[in-house]
Amino acid sequence: MQTIDLRGVTCPTNFVMAKLELEDIEAGTTVEFLLDDGEPVKNVPRSLKDEGHKLLGLKEQDGYYTLLLEKGAD
Amino acid sequence: MAEQKIDLRNLKAGGFIKERGKDLFTVRLRVPGGRLSVDRLAKIAEVAQKYGKGYVHLSVRQSIELINVNFADFDAVVAELGEEQQKVASCGARVRVPTACGGCEYNPNGLIDTQKSALEVDEKLFGTATGHHKFKVCFAGCPFDCPKSSINDVGFQGAVWPSLDADACIGCGLCAKSCTEGALAMADGKPVFDAQKCIYCGDCIKVCPTGAWSAAKKGYTVRIGGKWGRRPLVGTLYATFLPEERAVDFIAAVLAWYQEKAEGAGRVRLGDIIIREGCQSLLDHLRRDFAGFVVAETVPPQVIVNQIPLPGQA
Ligand code: HEM
Ligand code: SF4
Ligand code: SF4
Ligand code: SF4
Repeated sequence: MQTIDLRGVTCPTNFVMAKLELEDIEAGTTVEFLLDDGEPVKNVPRSLKDEGHKLLGLKEQDGYYTLLLEKGAD
Repeated sequence: MAEQKIDLRNLKAGGFIKERGKDLFTVRLRVPGGRLSVDRLAKIAEVAQKYGKGYVHLSVRQSIELINVNFADFDAVVAELGEEQQKVASCGARVRVPTACGGCEYNPNGLIDTQKSALEVDEKLFGTATGHHKFKVCFAGCPFDCPKSSINDVGFQGAVWPSLDADACIGCGLCAKSCTEGALAMADGKPVFDAQKCIYCGDCIKVCPTGAWSAAKKGYTVRIGGKWGRRPLVGTLYATFLPEERAVDFIAAVLAWYQEKAEGAGRVRLGDIIIREGCQSLLDHLRRDFAGFVVAETVPPQVIVNQIPLPGQA
């Protein structure tokens, strides 16, 4: 599974990067994003859901979050 | 009597404030909710250029003030602005132009359409004589209260009551972490809601990545009796989840109470009348028409201690 590390990237750049990464991935594929605590984790998952992707899980470990997402159809 | 050079009706409509200089006035233009079309802005700029001093002032209550207008030009100013759409703003003991944040449309924090409410109040109540003192109304989109609604005679704040769809929750814990009031705690991987602590801000709804939280009801939290100035008061709670479409009627009911109770008191603001009459009287009055929304009890407007005059000054 592909892991996209967005730690250290601030809003809204992290969301735009996630969006660009997802463009090259096939619908139905599961991807993992690493997100910083604070604003990034509050905003990015919700915005990705608004774009039509399916959120499978969001877990905190060692001060950052791992978002598990299934790419939605365009 | 000398021939009248200007139409006094324009003056009585309010919005003309005498300046220091001879014959000079400030003309205050109303901008309900702080929003105006670019066309109107351009028109105002044109009139200000022609009759003013090359600048305008943005008042703290979101009005545009034309500075240094000669009183002989009043009629021309009013005519060129087009009086119907550009009603001059009020001064004096009247309902003032309502202020509002731009919340809902572009700010993700906005919970309610404050701009719509401000326009409605402006259309239906602006300029109503109170008989006693000025009367200010303000709409904030959420409990952040950027436009400081609670220091108005009647202040509104958008509010939502959160409700959880446990099946949609993936147990990430973000909502509990985001709730600044400690109204949410995680237990067995799901958030548990403590209604006693909730301030209806909707942060949980906004942060939830799966949409498990939604608004079960929506409306205005209403505080009454605030003002600023030399002796500041912060308004206190009278209603919760007042539906948007009842805001105008609610203000009208508060006004009716003020008009009656302040009879003979002179220039006294609503908050000081509440302190004198007791808040129970206003609660009872409002409960007649707004039973489901008026709170069981409240406290008098909160006096802000501003520390002047200094104690013990000789
Ligand atoms: C004839 C007398 C008055 C005139 C011409 C006047 C004029 C004004 C103007 C031009 C502003 C906007 C200021 C700005 O944005 O820079 C303003 C705001 C304000 N005035 Fe007055 N004022 C008068 C009397 C009063 C009195 C007696 C009080 C208090 C009891 C008061 C309280 C306020 C407050 C608190 C604000 C700012 C906040 C708000 O509008 O709610 N004013 N006034
Ligand atoms: S009061 Fe709320 S809705 Fe209005 S500007 Fe502030 S945060 Fe936005
Ligand atoms: S509405 Fe605000 S205060 Fe209430 S539970 Fe949600 S985040 Fe907490
Ligand atoms: S934010 Fe949403 S998904 Fe996460 S724990 Fe709260 S309700 Fe569940």
